[in-house]
Amino acid sequence: MAGKTISEKILSAKSGEDARAGDVVVCRVDCALGTDGSAPMAIDYFEAMGGERIRDPRQIVFALDHYAPAPSRNTAALHQRMREFAALHGVALFEVGEGIGHQLIVESGRAVPGSLVVGADSHAVTYGALNAFATGIGSSDLAAIMIGGRIWLRVPESIKITLTGRLPAGVYPKDAALSLAGRLGSDGATYQALEFGGPGLPGLDLEDRLVLSNFAVEMGAKNGIFPADEGTFAYLHGRTATPFAPVTPDADARYSREISLELDALAPQVALPHRVDRVTTLADAAGTPVQMVYLGTCTGGRVRDFHQARDVLKAGGGIARGVQLVVTPASRAVLETLTRDGTLADFIALGAVIGTPGCGSCCGTCGAIPGDGVNVISTANRNFKGRMGNGQAAIYLASPASCAAAAVRGAIADPREVVP
Amino acid sequence: MTGRARVFASDINTDYIIASRRKRESLDPQVLRRYLFEELDPDFAASIEPGDLLVAGKNFGCGSAMEVAVTAVAGAGIPAVLAPSFARTYYRNAVNNGLLPVVCDTRAIHEGDRLTVLRDQGLAVRNETTGEAIAAAALPKIMWEIIEAGGLVPYFRRHGDFRV
Ligand code: SF4
Repeated sequence: MAGKTISEKILSAKSGEDARAGDVVVCRVDCALGTDGSAPMAIDYFEAMGGERIRDPRQIVFALDHYAPAPSRNTAALHQRMREFAALHGVALFEVGEGIGHQLIVESGRAVPGSLVVGADSHAVTYGALNAFATGIGSSDLAAIMIGGRIWLRVPESIKITLTGRLPAGVYPKDAALSLAGRLGSDGATYQALEFGGPGLPGLDLEDRLVLSNFAVEMGAKNGIFPADEGTFAYLHGRTATPFAPVTPDADARYSREISLELDALAPQVALPHRVDRVTTLADAAGTPVQMVYLGTCTGGRVRDFHQARDVLKAGGGIARGVQLVVTPASRAVLETLTRDGTLADFIALGAVIGTPGCGSCCGTCGAIPGDGVNVISTANRNFKGRMGNGQAAIYLASPASCAAAAVRGAIADPREVVP
Repeated sequence: MTGRARVFASDINTDYIIASRRKRESLDPQVLRRYLFEELDPDFAASIEPGDLLVAGKNFGCGSAMEVAVTAVAGAGIPAVLAPSFARTYYRNAVNNGLLPVVCDTRAIHEGDRLTVLRDQGLAVRNETTGEAIAAAALPKIMWEIIEAGGLVPYFRRHGDFRV
């Protein structure tokens, strides 16, 4: 019998079965996230299923992130419902302003190597960077986990992605993620796992890997998983007391496809409206005017993202006339760091609008909404028509440095030209 | 089940099925169904008849995992969705809500065709308008059990947990 991929090994351990690609198994879940976009419905399902108590409240985490702060009476009511339910059942709840649920799962050390962590939100795939099997689920799944602690999962085939080389200056993990999305297409990995590996791994630290794992779902993947190494352990140090064991693939594991991604050969990339896989090199889109620049989200809202953007903005001489720059840290911890190290003051002095840590403008449910005919360039992961709350706006996706370069020029520009 | 084909393109994401901003105001499928596919076709929602079958190209339901993109469809009285491939979260949400996801070649199905979905052994589709038979992928056992029960809610009410 052939060896196993990382995903097959974790799902075997969690189901107690010899899980192989294509099998459907019922797995015990280590942690499950519900957001204000999904938990209210999960509570409805929980009650409809006849749920009375949560099997293990420590497994469940709620985050108020998509409507933070609540922009309407109805969303405020959803928050109230979650707060009451969480208090009643002893579920941990991240309040408005604490940040994006995915970032908080990672920061709080809830995803560790070998664990099965799910979230009722598609970007739960982000935690794959920590060698966890991490995937997005529905509200009904979350309700079932609250009642029984388990979930049914189809064991995915895995696509092996071998990383080689190092990213050149001015090129970032987001460019690698966009390039992969362009190559695979938005359904290129449907039902499958992306399993990263190769000699390029040590050149990407844990936060870099979060960006690639986060993007796995934009290719339709069920999860995007990395092996664990020193960088993983260093990140987890002090964040978790849970014992864990890293999971490696067998040498004879079977992959549905093998792709190599040469990091050193990459140039800045951009996804054109309205598809994540309409990817081209930034140079092809250079000169396209932009009126709004968004820095934030679970893809591009961490400390280093803001440092990279700030550096380009300062070197370029600030924000061009007619451009609105919106900055939304992924978490309060990120905001605190930016406050301590002066980055926040820099952004304020440059004229940026600062949003509450959380999802912000990403999906049009709160935060700044672009006007009709506006071109937006964003560090987010999605650019569907209407995504930011206005179907008459056009969204481009790029790295924080590329977004900052566009803010400097008022048009899409290569950050390597803005910072020579 | 037999119904009228309502045909959509490939890569229909959940924001196109139901816009995020709509679910901010209500989670009730009977409210949300009024806004189905509004970004693509503002007149579509009003034209749905119970029993209509959604037919799409590849990668149906990509994007966000929001479950209202399934419950709004089921709430409109649509019993099944046919597509050559589904985004995985849409697929699992469909199963969990008793909306039958049928993986099959949809290229020869046209708007308004009468389709019959046969669910005896495995799955098959017959296009009554053209007389053509279309093979469909079978569903694993646990998914069948959940769909037969009508979704995870009735399944859990009956069994209290997964029966595995
Ligand atoms: S930041 Fe955007 S992509 Fe990430 S969880 Fe929030 S809405 Fe989703």
